[in-house]
Amino acid sequence: MMRQLFAATHKDLLLSWRSRAQASAVVIFGATTLLLFSFAVGPNSAALRQNAGGFLWVALLLSSTLALAESYRAEIEQRALEGLLLLPASPRALYYGKALANWLQLLLVGIGLVPVMIVLYDPGSSNLLPLVGVLALGTAGLSAPGTLYAAMASQARAQQVLLPLLLFPLVVPVLLAAVKASSLLLLGDPMGQAGSWVLLLAAFNGVFWPLCGLLFGQVVEE
Amino acid sequence: MAGPSNEKRPWVGYGFLALAVLLLGTGSYIGLAVAPREHYMGEVQRIMYVHVPTAWSALLCFTFAFVSSIAFLFRHDWKWDSRLEATLEVGVLLNFLLCMQGAIWAKPTWGVWWDWDPRLTTTAVMLFSFIGILALRRFVDDPVRRATWAAVATIVAFADVPIVYFSVKWWNSLHQVQSTPQTVDGPMITPLRVNAFGMLSLAIGLITLRTRLAARRLQNEMAPPLPERETSSERVAAAGGEA
Repeated sequence: MMRQLFAATHKDLLLSWRSRAQASAVVIFGATTLLLFSFAVGPNSAALRQNAGGFLWVALLLSSTLALAESYRAEIEQRALEGLLLLPASPRALYYGKALANWLQLLLVGIGLVPVMIVLYDPGSSNLLPLVGVLALGTAGLSAPGTLYAAMASQARAQQVLLPLLLFPLVVPVLLAAVKASSLLLLGDPMGQAGSWVLLLAAFNGVFWPLCGLLFGQVVEE
Repeated sequence: MAGPSNEKRPWVGYGFLALAVLLLGTGSYIGLAVAPREHYMGEVQRIMYVHVPTAWSALLCFTFAFVSSIAFLFRHDWKWDSRLEATLEVGVLLNFLLCMQGAIWAKPTWGVWWDWDPRLTTTAVMLFSFIGILALRRFVDDPVRRATWAAVATIVAFADVPIVYFSVKWWNSLHQVQSTPQTVDGPMITPLRVNAFGMLSLAIGLITLRTRLAARRLQNEMAPPLPERETSSERVAAAGGEA
């Protein structure tokens, strides 16, 4: 099982490395979104600083749908998924391999967006290491259900609209907790509340990583 | 897998609908004309007599959708797919009505149409989650995939509801304590109870009829294609090709 999981993760990471132009386009898309938020709010630096955490996460959420859909493009185009399912490997290993690879990619996108966010909105933070921790937990929360839903959406009609339609309502708790925790870290946390939001993120991951892994077999098996 | 069943008689559904009309008519009459005026909120409070039963029935629909999903994944019986489709649709309808009634009540009471209170926000998130699943059903043509994926998505969305509720509760709060017969006084209980059963039979009636429709559509979809038979126009075309 561990070897299958490792092989699946390796395959997905290698695929994204070989098409790294795609992955960097996702980061640029996120940075463009961050830029657009400043136009939506207006050149009000106080309001921008106040909402920096929220903008970062919405940009990341929008970019994540691109990255998640991309992770299945090659599988569907070349009908590689059918081939993978013929292998004597459990679909669960395939799911966790892809979810881990997606997690890592989304985390990298998030880390890539942080400097852009700091330059544009100037939240004035020194808490960068805990912020990376929040990014890790939040992107894990996006990756677990996202990988499951992208498997369905990539094989349906209207796939571009279907994935966000399914994913966005589901990850409301992730967005909520991640924005709160990030804002507290960026703007100062006098009451020490960030911890409980991190706990909520951990709980979400604790529910959806096992649940989605359990259900993935049903989604891909015919 | 067993073939789509079609054993439900339509009169069961229509019977429940007739009962619903009767109960909701009676309950609403008592609620509007007989029950006393609420002291603090005034006449607006009377919307509670439909609002609270709608909320109960909507939640019941989604719970039954969750049960149908699990049953379909384990039993692979097509009647559970038809039930899932029916409960999802009726649940979304009731959930939408719930949001509308809430907004109508909130404007004169709180002064705003919408507020980011946990129950309200959870209801909205639930509405969008399940609309997404209805969209998924529309965009997948293969019946086996459609049924399995909708069941999987329903289980995931249902598991999310309590998490959404608690996260929004920590985030912000301002809502009436739930109204149950225990928190409501004497003359107000009767219309609430009558309407609760009315809304329940409305939901059961709609689900029964919609399940039947879904089963029929599925039967049509999965029916083997009719044996090919040369039509007269084809015969003419073939003759023309030879000539």
